[in-house]
Amino acid sequence: MTESITVESLCKRYELGALQQETQLRDQLVRLLRAPFGRRAPKEVIWALRDVSFTVQQGEVVGIIGRNGAGKSTLLKILSKITYPTSGRVRARGRVAALLEVGAGFHEELTGRENIFLNGSIMGMKKKEVDAKLEAIVEFSGLQRFIDTPIKRYSTGMRSRLGFAVAAHLDPDVLIVDEVLAVGDAVFQKKCVSAMHDLRGGGRTVLFVSHNMAAVENLCSRGMWIAEGRVRLDGPMREVIEAYMGSFASADSASKALIAADGRGGSGEIRFTRVEFRSTDGQLQTVTRCGKSLVIRLHYRAQQPIERPAFALRMYTELGTLVTDTGTWLHGLDIPLVPLGDGYLDLEIDSLNLMPGRYYFSLKVDSCLETRVYDALEHAVQLDIEEAPIYGLSRRIDSRFGLVFFPQRWRLDGIGSGARIEVSPAANG
Amino acid sequence: MGQWVSEIWHSREILYFLAWRDVKVRYKQAALGVAWALLQPLFTMITFAFFFGKLAGIPSDGVPYPLFSYSALLLWTYFSVTLSQVGNSLIANSSLITKIYFPRVLLPAAAACGGLLDLLVSSVFLIGMLLYYHITPSWTVLLTPIFVGQTVLLVMGLGMLLAALNVRYRDVKYTIPFLTQLGLFVTPIIYPVSFLPHRFQGWLALNPMTGVIQGFRACLFGGGHVDWDVLGCSWIVTLLLLLIGSWHFRSTERVFADVV
Repeated sequence: MTESITVESLCKRYELGALQQETQLRDQLVRLLRAPFGRRAPKEVIWALRDVSFTVQQGEVVGIIGRNGAGKSTLLKILSKITYPTSGRVRARGRVAALLEVGAGFHEELTGRENIFLNGSIMGMKKKEVDAKLEAIVEFSGLQRFIDTPIKRYSTGMRSRLGFAVAAHLDPDVLIVDEVLAVGDAVFQKKCVSAMHDLRGGGRTVLFVSHNMAAVENLCSRGMWIAEGRVRLDGPMREVIEAYMGSFASADSASKALIAADGRGGSGEIRFTRVEFRSTDGQLQTVTRCGKSLVIRLHYRAQQPIERPAFALRMYTELGTLVTDTGTWLHGLDIPLVPLGDGYLDLEIDSLNLMPGRYYFSLKVDSCLETRVYDALEHAVQLDIEEAPIYGLSRRIDSRFGLVFFPQRWRLDGIGSGARIEVSPAANG
Repeated sequence: MGQWVSEIWHSREILYFLAWRDVKVRYKQAALGVAWALLQPLFTMITFAFFFGKLAGIPSDGVPYPLFSYSALLLWTYFSVTLSQVGNSLIANSSLITKIYFPRVLLPAAAACGGLLDLLVSSVFLIGMLLYYHITPSWTVLLTPIFVGQTVLLVMGLGMLLAALNVRYRDVKYTIPFLTQLGLFVTPIIYPVSFLPHRFQGWLALNPMTGVIQGFRACLFGGGHVDWDVLGCSWIVTLLLLLIGSWHFRSTERVFADVV
């Protein structure tokens, strides 16, 4: 096996002050006049990457995961030569194609066909290559009818289809893909995934950043978890995903304080402070069982009276699939005013019809009056749902049987004689 | 430097497509299309010919004033319009810079090349004017591309410097129109150099466009003496600007994606 990418102690520093404060020449002149011999004000320095080293063998498909701001995108930008490291070295063998944004470089006024040539050329294809592959690209995009329409008339989905179609035909040795499967409809996503599968088969090296754990797990053999600019874990994809998802909440999260949770958004007038899982009789619990009832109690603290807020909760599987999104607004509930201070609200679930596994909750409170998010927490807490005799039997039913089960019964009357219940539920424990 | 040049050479197709895009987009959905390239110098020439040639009676070295001013406006329009496009080429393509790697210098270079089509279109009108005034240029007309080439180099030198500065200091965006507006008056476009008092003439030679326009006119209309000092000075300034421009561009291009 030959090494396709070698990264040696890569560091990248951004100086926040330099970017924000002195983009006007005037500011620099003013500073110079005020303190001609003074030292520059200390700048706020952010290390987006700290001493990152790894090698990727030819043909490996590596999934890179991590929270927003962990340094994933900076790493990809350095690998694709868009930006340069503060220190450290990168070596990549062969043609590198980076797909950091589908259709980057498209021009609104040009037609789809013209943009294929422009985009393909900027991404490193020769004109002859584009000529030869034009038909295949158009076919892949499924935009035959619109190919001579200016892309300013395209929908977002159409644009990304065209962009991915070009990228899929780049034929690079190393492909770097950043979160592009998040766009487009399901059919097209499938096409992209299979295109990337084909790339994998062709012995190409692929680096793939995504927040979609199912896609990452499906595509990648090796995983890399980036946290705070470092490689936190590097190993088989599934193990990395589990460790990563597990990091969102510690195991004793039944009554976890959320104050210090990082990766938190929102303006902060009202914040979630704690989440409790309770049974209907008020018992606190960390674990629950399939089909049981559950009360999720959301504690908050309001720094000031909040008019008409809306509370919402999302539930995810371990692989990041959204199970449900529910909230007070969706239920038509109007909260005229949340007074200053602490309080809580309960979400009562009659029957938790989910397969056993670990689930994560994201919380949000925003305003019904304006577009303002007060508090947003991704994967704030986790809940383990344990096996239970779902259909009244003690047969083992787990996540292999899907995501949910419904209150249901099979009717055998139509089969005629002979069909019967094999085991009576009463005979089971 | 050698590596830089070879990388640019390998990416020449990107240069072609970027220039092609600039040209294509400029006249898309414009009813008059590429005729706009002609209208701007044409109407400026008519205005100048009326106010400066007819009313003010500014001399024009024995050439009909409209022809005198149009021949200069041809290059000056290319210079001023293209300089502002080259200077803004990096920030106008920031989405490209932050998302795809390619030699950054192709963006200003594409803008400079894209402007040449306009120059070509407006040159056709110049030929028409020569016919109208029954002026037959001598063989020296074959040398005019040298001055067009010098203008391109000048635009690139100054443009690379401004474009790279523009990434960090947006002040440049406001400086360019101001610069070209002033430039119109300190370049012998409206008037011949001989119109100025002698002590100012030396200063005018420091403006590289002075030599370009003098040389261009000399090649077109023949006659008159060629001021080799002015021409030499013009080339020195041009090459110096090209050197400074490419040096500054190269030393800052690594941070474009972080700053733009």
